[in-house]
Amino acid sequence: MTAEPHHHDLPVAARVRRLEERVIAAGLASDGELDETLARFYARATPVNGARLVARAWMDPRFRERLLADGSAAAAELGFGPQVSSYQLRVVANSAQRHNVIVCTLCSCYPVALLGPSPSWYKSLAYRSRTVREPRAVLSEFGLVVPEEVDIAVWDSTAETRYLVLPVRPDGTDGLAEDELVTLITRDGLIGTARV
Amino acid sequence: MTLRPGTRVRASSADPDHHTRLPRYLRGQIGEIVYAGREWPLPDDVARGVAAPRAETVYTVRFAAARLWGTGRHTVLADLWESYLERADSEDGSEADDEAGSEDHGEDDGPQEER
Repeated sequence: MTAEPHHHDLPVAARVRRLEERVIAAGLASDGELDETLARFYARATPVNGARLVARAWMDPRFRERLLADGSAAAAELGFGPQVSSYQLRVVANSAQRHNVIVCTLCSCYPVALLGPSPSWYKSLAYRSRTVREPRAVLSEFGLVVPEEVDIAVWDSTAETRYLVLPVRPDGTDGLAEDELVTLITRDGLIGTARV
Repeated sequence: MTLRPGTRVRASSADPDHHTRLPRYLRGQIGEIVYAGREWPLPDDVARGVAAPRAETVYTVRFAAARLWGTGRHTVLADLWESYLERADSEDGSEADDEAGSEDHGEDDGPQEER
């Protein structure tokens, strides 16, 4: 992802800045307060959080069941309750028969607290419009070739219902501890654009 | 109205002049309820500043790509407010055959059904 444009070059950055200026001009918050609020939120928002949910599910079949049945409640078990309280978290499991991938065609909804700040490409018109239409082609451009016999499910999320993909535990990881498993899991694996 | 998983629904084909969360590519399309989620305020009301926005169940609806785009074997699942949907069961019989493709993808798309 070295070719990603810098954030401040993107049109959306200018748009956010104009919005911030309106908020400041209306006396709703100061520039410093906005920065502080964002910094506080992002300091705790990292894909390590999502990876911890996945690693626990790989280790503990009963946690996996709870995670798939009620993602919000399972996230709360690991201490992420307040961070995911403004939406319903749903977790979708990859298997030998099915690969899941997340998109938000209307904007860029995504569980930031568990996946970290979303990458620029997740917000791009290309990713948002193509993923619902030709997911196999999009995934192959990420280097993820999904075999023809594997079904692909594309989850088009909203602000109120946000998704996290539970990847398949890689072969040869039986001897690893939970903390070691956490380090194998990437942000893209949690979005579904990578295998793990 | 509670729509149970398995119910065939048609997404509204209306083109409202206000904000909505029904993506344009799903308008008028037939899908199947796979999950009944929580109730949330209707974004169409919230965005218009309605004092008491309607709260509605948000359903996960599965659509077959072949129906949406005319090609593709994948499925697209979207979360849609109840008033965006109407039952498709009362449609004329010819629709039923068209829908066969979307039934092939099994009943295992909802996370709550995973093992």
